[in-house]
Amino acid sequence: MAVVKRPPFPVILVANDLVEGEVIFAAEHGWTRDVRAARVANDAEAAQALEQFGAAQARACKVVDAYLVDVEIEAGVPVPRHYRERLRTLGPSHRLDLGKQADFHL
Amino acid sequence: MYAYDELDRQIVRERVAQFASQVERRLDGSLTEEEFRPLRLKNGVYLQLHAYMLRVAIPYGGLSSRQLRQLALIAEKYDRGYGHFTTRTNIQFNWPKLREIPAILGLLADVDMHAIQTSGNCIRNTTTDCFAGAAFDEIEDPRPTAEWIRQWSTLHPEFDWLGRKFKIAVTATQQDRAVLRGHDVGVRIVRNAAGETGYRLYVGGGLGRTPMEGKLVRDFLPRAELLGYLEAILRVYNLEGRRDNKFKARIKILVHEIGLEAFRAQVEAEYSKVVAAAPAPDLREFERITASFDAPDFADLPEVSRKLEQAQAADPDLAQFVARNLFRHKKKGYVALTISLKSIGGAPGDATAEQMRAVADLAEQFSFDQVRVSYKQNLVLPHVRRDDVPEIFAVLKAQGLATPNVDLITDIICCPGLDYCALATARSIPLAQTLSRHFADPDKQKEIGELSIKISGCINACAHHHIANIGILGLEKSGGESYQITIGGDPGDQYALGELLGPGLPASAVPEAIDRVIGVYLDARRQGETFIETYRRLGVTPFKAAFKEIADAVA
Ligand code: SF4
Repeated sequence: MAVVKRPPFPVILVANDLVEGEVIFAAEHGWTRDVRAARVANDAEAAQALEQFGAAQARACKVVDAYLVDVEIEAGVPVPRHYRERLRTLGPSHRLDLGKQADFHL
Repeated sequence: MYAYDELDRQIVRERVAQFASQVERRLDGSLTEEEFRPLRLKNGVYLQLHAYMLRVAIPYGGLSSRQLRQLALIAEKYDRGYGHFTTRTNIQFNWPKLREIPAILGLLADVDMHAIQTSGNCIRNTTTDCFAGAAFDEIEDPRPTAEWIRQWSTLHPEFDWLGRKFKIAVTATQQDRAVLRGHDVGVRIVRNAAGETGYRLYVGGGLGRTPMEGKLVRDFLPRAELLGYLEAILRVYNLEGRRDNKFKARIKILVHEIGLEAFRAQVEAEYSKVVAAAPAPDLREFERITASFDAPDFADLPEVSRKLEQAQAADPDLAQFVARNLFRHKKKGYVALTISLKSIGGAPGDATAEQMRAVADLAEQFSFDQVRVSYKQNLVLPHVRRDDVPEIFAVLKAQGLATPNVDLITDIICCPGLDYCALATARSIPLAQTLSRHFADPDKQKEIGELSIKISGCINACAHHHIANIGILGLEKSGGESYQITIGGDPGDQYALGELLGPGLPASAVPEAIDRVIGVYLDARRQGETFIETYRRLGVTPFKAAFKEIADAVA
């Protein structure tokens, strides 16, 4: 198999829900809107499993644009290292009343 | 205003039905994302950072009260209670669900609106002067020309899949209030020596990755020839423009690479073929359109309004508003009134559903049912009696819409940036909010005078940062957000691209850096000089020196 370029571990899988457009994360079972429940992959095998799940879910018209995002674990919660991905787990930074930050009191 | 006829309505309805079926086919898996993406983009649907986004066309920025109320309804029912007005004078909804977008498009169609050609590689919304039909200095109302172009460019089979997007602006005044030279084609309505009205055309302007100034391609084109000549320009672009590299696919690159003379020669050659193939150009459609833009039934009013003068004397806030937010009208006793969507600390260009309804009501009561969206992301009531300004002001104030800052430093143009936009490299809105608060003091704003700040969250320059007096571009630098500052840009008749002051700064250092730049201006300005005038006289050097102190301190 060709070498796939992956971000450094640990990683989570992020996608958009096809119907809603909302950002979702692969969880232990299915998907979650709450990054705290995201499934964290710490090695190549687990990362590949996430990717395969994402690809299958894209084919099944459940999600679009699934990709791996590298995170740090802070107080047990995965936090994306890049600020762009961090914003996607929260919502617009000037509207704390909107998005996941509001829904989950993040 | 132009009223849709049966044909317009049919086109829009058919498009809603077509897109509804495309969405169904996407959801049931008959269409892959790769197949669906260009189709949704043809209908203004993007997938952004947090959700889908729907961009709705507001042709040349004109809205009726009924249309604005419908936008408010959509914001409330299908979104999160607000919308964002853009520099293309469109409106964006940030949270629609894909399944519901056909229903939203249906609601738009009910009021003769749509999202066709608000994205994708086609001819986009034609923009114009936000004071069109009202301005004291216009040769004629530019909206009939803009509408003529809209009809011609809508679903034009030859130009539906261009190499890249294509933007046209029209203006009819000496003072350029529509950024003509920043467009793929700029159309200026002019009169020739014989007194005939026609068009002066600029081509190859644009911002983005490679900012360019539009070049004069035709000094005078008789009115009847406009669409034929545009066809020739688009055809040359469509055939000769690059498709191998997305970043080199705009017409500005073609004009730049082959040179204006060669480009013009090709266009003229193509145009003679257009002329040979088509029957004599015909003004009937233009005249039909023009008739629908008949001036409203203005009353004969005295030049000054006692009522307004007295109210101003009693209310300093109103006096300040009058000093900043009114624009001279062609008709005595009337003004065009700008409603700033730049409240101190607010997100530039955002309006809530409630605010939209309030503006719609005001337009209905006081402005012949008309509202305009300006590329500066404000709203305009184009035809207001001076007598009515105090009453309008009171309503605006209650809605948080009476900020008296038109063209002042807090009237910031700002794109959605990384708070919404999938292409962004940095956030822009929070910085706009910080700067707005930083310069909130009305006396300070007055002292600084006219000065434009424009903030884009990436190199695509949706907020026109290159042509701002102070332009800010958000980039990524070493894993963090970094802001490059340019100064000296001008969107108007003395069109100029800003000069970079130095290395990018973290957001926290930007207010102080701008303070320094403004300090240079305030120290050096001569009586009556605006920021840009002082800059033109001094050049960039002293500003760079002042900036360097801040840049060095944070480096
Ligand atoms: S300038 Fe960039 S970040 Fe801003 S709206 Fe345009 S594409 Fe998005």
